[in-house]
Amino acid sequence: MKKIEAIIKPFKLEEVKDALADLGIEGMTVSEVKGFGRQKGHTEIYRGSEYTVDFLPKIKIEVVLAEDVVEKATVAIVKAARTGKIGDGKVFISPVEEAIRIRTDETGDKAV
Amino acid sequence: MMRIKQSLGGLLLAPVALAVMAAVPLHAQDDPFAAPVAVVEETVTAVTDAVGDVAVVATEAVAVAAPVEAEAEEEPTPVEAFWAGKEAALGIYTVNNLWICIAAALVFIMHLGFSAVESGLTQAKNTTNILFKNVFIICMGLLAYAAYGFNAMYPGDNWTIPGWFALGSPIANGFTESDAIVANLTSEYNAGYTIWGDFIFQAMFAATAATIISGAVAERIKLGSFMLATTIIVAFAYPITGSWEWGGGWLSEDFIDFAGSSLVHAFGGYAALAAVLVLGPRAGKYVGTKIKPILGHSMPLATIGVFLLFFGWFGFNGGSVLSADPVLVSLVFVTTALSGAAGGLAAVFTSWTVLKKPDLSMSLNGILAGLVGITAGADSIAPWPAVLVGAISGALVVVSILMLDRLKIDDPVGAIATHGICGNWGTIAVGIFGAGVLSTQIIGTVAISAFAFIFSLVTFGVIKAIFGLRVSAEEEEQGLDIGEHGQEAYPDFVANK
Repeated sequence: MKKIEAIIKPFKLEEVKDALADLGIEGMTVSEVKGFGRQKGHTEIYRGSEYTVDFLPKIKIEVVLAEDVVEKATVAIVKAARTGKIGDGKVFISPVEEAIRIRTDETGDKAV
Repeated sequence: MMRIKQSLGGLLLAPVALAVMAAVPLHAQDDPFAAPVAVVEETVTAVTDAVGDVAVVATEAVAVAAPVEAEAEEEPTPVEAFWAGKEAALGIYTVNNLWICIAAALVFIMHLGFSAVESGLTQAKNTTNILFKNVFIICMGLLAYAAYGFNAMYPGDNWTIPGWFALGSPIANGFTESDAIVANLTSEYNAGYTIWGDFIFQAMFAATAATIISGAVAERIKLGSFMLATTIIVAFAYPITGSWEWGGGWLSEDFIDFAGSSLVHAFGGYAALAAVLVLGPRAGKYVGTKIKPILGHSMPLATIGVFLLFFGWFGFNGGSVLSADPVLVSLVFVTTALSGAAGGLAAVFTSWTVLKKPDLSMSLNGILAGLVGITAGADSIAPWPAVLVGAISGALVVVSILMLDRLKIDDPVGAIATHGICGNWGTIAVGIFGAGVLSTQIIGTVAISAFAFIFSLVTFGVIKAIFGLRVSAEEEEQGLDIGEHGQEAYPDFVANK
């Protein structure tokens, strides 16, 4: 099992979700996050005073998958989330030791 | 709101209105103020006819009224006897009084507007605190005005120091029969409406001064100290300057402040300035030479608040005509709306030019500045000069907010610039575009502002020395919602923590 963590532009969420659904992936966890990479922040102005916004809003998708679908899923996410402009985000893949479905006690690939 | 002694309401009303009123005859019932149901149809006819032939309708009205008087068997009450034969005047009196009461309700809604503006322009962690202060202010303001303020502001002949100061007292519970006949339940300032209508309209204004302070000192003031200071200011200081002008004091001869650019707004603005000077800026606002903005948490709330204030201002200024005089009330509506609109646009373009972006919160301040600006001369400044007064207010408020920020005077909502500085400008504008004399207007607005500033400076200074004025640094960081109230305004918004 592997966990894919994808940090993407917020407005790309629907496309990424649909791309994963097309592969038959049945679940994911999404959170609103903030951060920055090479894109850096930008300046805004409030009542006459400028300030820098370093942390830009992003969406983090977390999905844990069986080994055989990880590559296809990664390709789908990257394709769907890409605009070609700076700030498109990143994908991280890491191993997962165990997974348990709370309702049924199922473990391993059956649980994800 | 300059009170003029009138006999039986504004008899200056247009003839058409007179005829319509005359068509509602006085019935010999227990309550002479209740419009009899049977007459409603005739009134409708009269309204239609009135446009065509005023004289004919008036004659008909007398004819309708006559048999009713004949049917009266019981002895008329003193009030009924007072009104006998003055049906037209009673009609106008009823309409005037109704308008004052509606205007009082409109001014009430301004307190919701202030609550929304102040919440929107401050951080989410202080929202419960802001709302609580506004709840307290309206409750305290109404009761303090009833218990002391009203009679201190309108002392009649009971001055302690003539023209300058009168000791207050609770409003009366009722009136003797002779009061009821002679004055017809009116105050000696104006016979155009009842004293109850008078009281409630003025009482709604009184709390405004404290509300203006509330926004300026937001996010860092100790709740108990704030409550104590604003109670003292609303109960004792506001009626003093009020009595100078509206109560017939030393300013009432030539100085003109129609609905309170100085007496309400500049008073609140300068009291707020003194409070902020004693209190100091919010932590992290001024670091070295840099100004770090502390963002308001809800522009939708701030915008809703400003629209509610704009709405309520039609009562604030419109009711200050103190009668339902058709020409004046409608003129005041026009000047008020045009000045508010011009203030909003002027602030948009000023912020766009100076700050390179059209700042929403600045344009909201601009609308309020335009409304504050026209408040002193809404009945004496013509529509196009009113646009100019509003436009200057809108530009002035943006420049003033930026200037106060440079001086490290931290006012989260811009109350000092909006109410204080634009209140001064509006009062002075009456000497330029309206019925006032420039030098008198300047003396008046400076005197009122100075009194408010000094009284507030002493009040907040003494309270700071005795009880302390600021919350601890930890509490300020954590938010006053938890620190002062132990509850949050948005407990479920976990994602934003």
